[in-house]
Amino acid sequence: MLETVSASRHAAGAGTGGRGSPATTRNRRVRRAARRLLLYAVLLALGWAFVLPMVWMLGASLKPENEVMVVPPDLLPSVPQWANYVAAADAVLPFFWNSAKLALLNVAFLLLFASLAGFGFARLEFRGKNVAFAALLATAMIPGIVYLIPQYIMYRQIGWIDTHYPLWVPKVLTPVFGTFLLRQAFRTIPRELEEAAAIDGASTFTVYWRIMLPQVKPALAAVGVLTFLESWNDLFGPLIFVNSQHLQTLPVALALFQGEYFTQTNLMMAAATISVVPPLVLFVLAQKYFVQGVTMTGLRG
Amino acid sequence: MTTEVHVPSRIVKGSPRSRRRGGFTGWLYVGPVILGVIAFQFLPVFISLYASLTDWTGLTPPRFAGVSNYVELLTRDPLFWLTLRNTAVFTVGSVVLSIAVGLALAVLGNQKVPGISIFKAAFFAPVVTNAVAVGFVWFWLYQPQEGLINGYLAELHIQGPAWLTSNRWAMVAVIIVAVWQGVGYPMLILLAGLQGIPESLHEAATVDGASAWSRFWKITLPLLTPTLFFLLVTQFITSFQVFGIIFVMTHGGPANATNVYIYQIYQSAFSYGRLGYAAAMGWILFVIVGVVTFFQWKLEKRWVFYGE
Repeated sequence: MLETVSASRHAAGAGTGGRGSPATTRNRRVRRAARRLLLYAVLLALGWAFVLPMVWMLGASLKPENEVMVVPPDLLPSVPQWANYVAAADAVLPFFWNSAKLALLNVAFLLLFASLAGFGFARLEFRGKNVAFAALLATAMIPGIVYLIPQYIMYRQIGWIDTHYPLWVPKVLTPVFGTFLLRQAFRTIPRELEEAAAIDGASTFTVYWRIMLPQVKPALAAVGVLTFLESWNDLFGPLIFVNSQHLQTLPVALALFQGEYFTQTNLMMAAATISVVPPLVLFVLAQKYFVQGVTMTGLRG
Repeated sequence: MTTEVHVPSRIVKGSPRSRRRGGFTGWLYVGPVILGVIAFQFLPVFISLYASLTDWTGLTPPRFAGVSNYVELLTRDPLFWLTLRNTAVFTVGSVVLSIAVGLALAVLGNQKVPGISIFKAAFFAPVVTNAVAVGFVWFWLYQPQEGLINGYLAELHIQGPAWLTSNRWAMVAVIIVAVWQGVGYPMLILLAGLQGIPESLHEAATVDGASAWSRFWKITLPLLTPTLFFLLVTQFITSFQVFGIIFVMTHGGPANATNVYIYQIYQSAFSYGRLGYAAAMGWILFVIVGVVTFFQWKLEKRWVFYGE
């Protein structure tokens, strides 16, 4: 039904001037062009407003110190000072590596445990499955702050405070959203595939690893990029569980040590720019998976 | 979750192999996550419930204190009510604005014109940036004299406010930043909602002579209400827990004007060392979020349209 309606509309549109006098056709075309012009004007104004803070950040990061705060304000430097980035990178490099290491640990192990659990919930039969799955989803209702203080107490007991463990081990073992999303993905795969493998004598693990996982690569990518983002941008975890400077992650280090390293605003902005580059690059490269991950969390209700 | 129920039984049944093993294999696969949830979520919830009934500072052993933390919070702590009020203002402001702006951006982003995906990417990009960088940048943009925002306002012959150091404007400033950073998420969800509306409905209405404006109000908006409802519930929960931009930009100031509930919990626990008291605050937050979410579900059928 839908196809036929739009198809006939396209056919009518393709034969321009097929109906009505040439004058009304031209009118219609002028109106459409005007409408499109207005649309682009609105889009450009809004788009500019959205990128402006980031353009300012980039501009300020390349300015000599005396140009950052001038009246009236200026967006771009007179001469870009690339040396700012050398100085900023020098200061943030250890924090950058901490963030990168934690993001990789989070992504790798979360994908492993979430896909194992997702596969189990989607394809294996065991006693208490429905209760376990409901309990898993129920934890998503509790605000994170309720866990945070008792977690702090627990980690102090087991000597995890001021280590990297609290920033990845608990996260990769509680992948509620990832398990849910991968379970949905596994359920869409036809049974025949694994049945054929089972006849050939493949073990359950072989079925999971060799047959099922390659089928859900897009879902793995969606969970992976969102996990990276969450790990990289986490504020509360590093702030509460890490004390030593050399263990700190990049965003939190920027907030905590600004007075020590970045007394100059231009260097601070260069460091801030460095901190947003990995997520932005990932977003540009894997936009499809971001959209997929976000909309799947959004439309599960 | 209704989709969960209507699954062909064929899919739910396990393979003969796993059934033969009495389900042990299944538990091997979900075990790490189930154990993780028990150790890192269920256990902390109980510890937190107990801690909230003690005077724990983290330095000395906890002493049982009954409900005294809760009594102190509700009757003697002026900051409790103040931060709750601030959080409510922030939440209402940012939820309403980000859903409204998100809807506008989604309608624009749904236009099929060349280059539209670049604009959608620009609207969504702030979502992936971290709160510290965002806080830094806007801190400077908001500077009363040299800041870009008041500079632009001055060109329009408007004297901009002192933003972050003004009692009246600081909360507005924080809400603007939160909406700028977060609106990509509702936009994306609403875009998916818009794409789910059959084009034939619009075409039929157009044939009947309905204007674009009335089509939006009579067709688009009613069909989007389930999506809007979902956003209302989830945005409320996340907004109520705002922390990052407050921590970076204002530290709750000036004079507690932007001091929000989570920031106060953070201060109580890690600046004043009152872990028990902070745990009690966490539980009150849980109850508030639960109650509000419950009423949102109760009111759902008054305005959410699920079709015939």
